[in-house]
Amino acid sequence: MQYVLLIYENEKSWVGVSEADQKAMFGEYHAFTESIAKSGHYKGGEALQPVSTATSVRVRNGKTLSTDGPFAETKEQLGGFYLVEAANLDEATAMAARIPGARTGTIEVRPILPTK
Amino acid sequence: MSPDDLAGLFESGGGEIRRRALATLIRLLGDFDLAEETLQDALTVALAQWPRSGAPANPSAWLVAVARRRAIDRLRRARRFTEIEAEGHLSVPALGPTDTDEQDAEWPDDRLRLIFTCCHPALALEAQVALTLRTVCGLSSEEVARAFMMPIATLQQRLVRAKAKIRAAGIPYRIPGSSDLPERLDGVLAVAYLIFNEGYAPTSGDELIRPALCEEAIRLVRLLCELAGASPDYREARALLALLLLQDSRREARLSAAGEVLLLDEQDRRLWSSARIEEGLGLVETALREGPAGAYAIQAAIAALHGRAHAPQDTDWRQIAALYTLLAHRAPSPVVELNRAVAIAMAGDLDRGLLLLEALRASGVLAGYHLLESARADLLRRQGRISEAAEAYRAARALARLAPEQRFLERRLRELEGPGALDGTH
Repeated sequence: MQYVLLIYENEKSWVGVSEADQKAMFGEYHAFTESIAKSGHYKGGEALQPVSTATSVRVRNGKTLSTDGPFAETKEQLGGFYLVEAANLDEATAMAARIPGARTGTIEVRPILPTK
Repeated sequence: MSPDDLAGLFESGGGEIRRRALATLIRLLGDFDLAEETLQDALTVALAQWPRSGAPANPSAWLVAVARRRAIDRLRRARRFTEIEAEGHLSVPALGPTDTDEQDAEWPDDRLRLIFTCCHPALALEAQVALTLRTVCGLSSEEVARAFMMPIATLQQRLVRAKAKIRAAGIPYRIPGSSDLPERLDGVLAVAYLIFNEGYAPTSGDELIRPALCEEAIRLVRLLCELAGASPDYREARALLALLLLQDSRREARLSAAGEVLLLDEQDRRLWSSARIEEGLGLVETALREGPAGAYAIQAAIAALHGRAHAPQDTDWRQIAALYTLLAHRAPSPVVELNRAVAIAMAGDLDRGLLLLEALRASGVLAGYHLLESARADLLRRQGRISEAAEAYRAARALARLAPEQRFLERRLRELEGPGALDGTH
């Protein structure tokens, strides 16, 4: 099965973090990505720009409305994701627990809807 | 097979054979609904055949074999009807006739798998409880709905959602690996304890005890212990079994003939079940010998000290207070703190117990909990502070939700205000 691991974290928690700590965190993410790539679980993943760069789009009555900001204002924001292959939910949640952001934020694990 | 045995297969909750077959079918078919439906078909066939031909040597295996063939037929039919759509969804090839040995007498692991799947933390707690009672314990939907005082439609919706999540999210049908086991076992034990507590002290309705739920919880934990064998990983499961047996041993004594609540020191201890106490004590001793005590083992040890006392004055309150202090370190909670305060008071240090209760009350964490007020009332009464005690009983009565609890507090209040109450010897 495929799962997407959505990384939610409070963006504000990055404010004032020293460069050394930021570097250490990137290093951790890099090591995690490497390890799941090596084990064959990694199918994709990206980090996102902060929600201040977000634009929300809705089409109503044929008219497109674009507004500044994310879909919903929340305490923790979507900051990145992984797409992984896992045998079952337990394997997926075990991987989610190893994402560095799990220690400070929340990882939402969602199965991919099979299309075929 | 006698007609009675056969009838037992169909009675909800009655059929060991049926429950065993279901656990294995879920593994083989990978689908709860398909397993339940085809098992029902197989039971219908059995009902027609067995009285004439006699029951097979291994009824569970027979039911599994028949149900599985039905499942394969159904899937093939569904595949023909919606061939294109079904591509990739149906796992007919995995159900080939050679991939399992139907003659296997027992599949104990399947029942353990079923328990862990029903109590998976990815399911909401209420869904875990409902699914466990329905699938592992074999209760009917009507019985589960009645036990939790909910409309049957609500329960069925909850079950449908839980099964859909198991399927869609890929919740595995397996016994957790050793690294997850302690945490996952905690979850299973929490579900069993919740079921027991809903029977021991129902949170709604007019009944003060629902024995059937207590029995189901005990049966569930007993099954878990049996399936786990002597594995040291399952120590807390054995401790919980001890705790439940010891709590349940008092069932017959907890209500008066008129259906009123009786506290520990008012109960006729001859009504306590000596069989339950004996079994519970044996399990506690083993659990404590096996290693450092977990939260259930400590609570079981406390229950054991009550169970051992032939009269209220024989109760070893000092040791109980010490155990509550240990429990407050291991698994801190306001309710544990409340019990610790009462135990300290009962052990002879009334002032300190009351002081701890007042601190707990001031913190506000148990605001609205009638047992805090009634415990406080009892200690005030013992201290001879009658008007304050009466006020606390009145506060407790206002908070109590169940009618019999309200009547109990009413009775306490009358005793307090009645003649001879002021000598504080109650």
